[in-house]
Amino acid sequence: MKETQITLNQTQKIRLQRALDTLHSLSSKSLSDASVTVADKIPVNLNDSSILKGHGTLDLDGELISTNCGIVERIDRLVYVRSTKSRYIPETGNVIVGRVVEVAQDRWKVDINAYHDGVLMLASVTSPDGIQRRRTEADELNMRNTFEEDDVISAEVRNVQNNYTAQLHARSEKYGKITHYTDFLQLDRGQLIVVPCYLVKKRKQHFHQLDEYGVLVILGCNGYVWVGELIEAKDGMELDISEQTHGGFTKSEEEEQHTTLLETRQNICRISNAVRVLSILGFNITLEVILEIFDLSRSLDVEIHDMLGGEFCVLVAEREAERRSQN
Amino acid sequence: MEFVSPEGLRLDGRRPLEMRQLRAEIGSISKADGSAVFEMGNTKVIAAVYGPREVENKSQQISDKALVRCEYTMANFSTGDRVRKPKGDRRSTEISMVIRQTMESCILLEKFPGSQIDIFVQVLQADGGTRSACINAATLALADAGIPMRDLVTSCSAGYLNSTPLLDLNYVEDSAGGPDVTVGLLSKMDKVTLLQMDSKLPIDIFENVMQLAIEGCKAVANYIREILLENTKQLEYRRGK
Repeated sequence: MKETQITLNQTQKIRLQRALDTLHSLSSKSLSDASVTVADKIPVNLNDSSILKGHGTLDLDGELISTNCGIVERIDRLVYVRSTKSRYIPETGNVIVGRVVEVAQDRWKVDINAYHDGVLMLASVTSPDGIQRRRTEADELNMRNTFEEDDVISAEVRNVQNNYTAQLHARSEKYGKITHYTDFLQLDRGQLIVVPCYLVKKRKQHFHQLDEYGVLVILGCNGYVWVGELIEAKDGMELDISEQTHGGFTKSEEEEQHTTLLETRQNICRISNAVRVLSILGFNITLEVILEIFDLSRSLDVEIHDMLGGEFCVLVAEREAERRSQN
Repeated sequence: MEFVSPEGLRLDGRRPLEMRQLRAEIGSISKADGSAVFEMGNTKVIAAVYGPREVENKSQQISDKALVRCEYTMANFSTGDRVRKPKGDRRSTEISMVIRQTMESCILLEKFPGSQIDIFVQVLQADGGTRSACINAATLALADAGIPMRDLVTSCSAGYLNSTPLLDLNYVEDSAGGPDVTVGLLSKMDKVTLLQMDSKLPIDIFENVMQLAIEGCKAVANYIREILLENTKQLEYRRGK
């Protein structure tokens, strides 16, 4: 378990165990009954030929066995095994955060913690001047002005191919109304945190702008979480026409000289550590929980680097046990 | 030298049909997709699995199934004398290939065409039966990574000294020069995927010794199954709804 990373003294170990036992008792018994490991038989009425054998199952000699460790889920006639820990499996419409690994001829290859790298076509990204047009060779040669290797980007899965390769498109919050190039959300002032992807649920909103702290949090469904500085996107209508005709993107000078405020940086670190604590303890990662931990650490005056220490982790576990028992 | 005393005790106090103590831990390496530490007595082995992920070397990519790579190394400090060449020597290459073939037989490779699964196993403490411990650790790590398998592969060794079949040899018994049979078994399907032997044995005694090793494999499989089930339940109740 991941807690072996944090050193706990004897009392802390007991407190953590007690908090985890509370969580255990709160979980439904039916869930633990439906747990299976590899090669376990799945109890199913095989005479009923309308049973659909879904993911994680294998028909062996007339018996249905599980191929993964996980929970058996039954929806109507579909029986499948939901594996807890696995690599990200892309689904259409998911918002993901990824890192560019390769700039190819008319596409970018993006590492998204899945079986294959995601593919972001040049045509799926708004052109620099914002006009909807066919991409020319000049556009292909200028791809590096948009995204280079090792850049962190956020995108949405457009569709998934047969071998689980995700086709991405660069997403803007303002649907269809791409105004300024920063709407591509090339993320460069902040931290990318890798968490197990099963801890991030599919929600309506994945982009969270925390204006009071100046922080942007993106919870990628693939387990990549971005916590960075919130840069106000300029309204494109106000852009000088001469800037646009320079071709490609040129960062205006004032943006290059812009340094992040110390307070914003501290907020970014505090929120990142909150995400890390949740990942170590194995709890679901949602914005509410992150903000709770953020407030908890500030109210107790915990130093940012102490947030990853034993005491704070145990406190978070106890808080979570309290919160779940109240619900 | 006497390996089985007249009272029927071995050098470490075990009975001839007794296995060493097993201990396993899952998720030790947080960066890996799946990882496990497996101990059989004093033999301690750590395994890490990465994948399925994009193939590094496009020329090695297989279009209809996943590519499995395996690397077996011994830590410098794992044996009595400090090992000079931990990997790349013939024994390590052979064991890497053996582990790879064993795991390939149980992973459902057709589900991940064009991708790559890396298995790294390192021996931290060697006291006989490292090959078996590595296979057991690799099975645990693959299950931890959520890679679908048709069955759990477990492995155990058995030997024949002082006219007695012995289960789970340690280093002293192994280096006695007697026969050493290593078996890899698909536990539920009851199918042997790995069978290796050093030295020689008459065929009837060989069958006894192999059967003994198979029983050992099943015992390991029960233990591994318990560990995995416990781990799954824990992950589920922690994350909540």
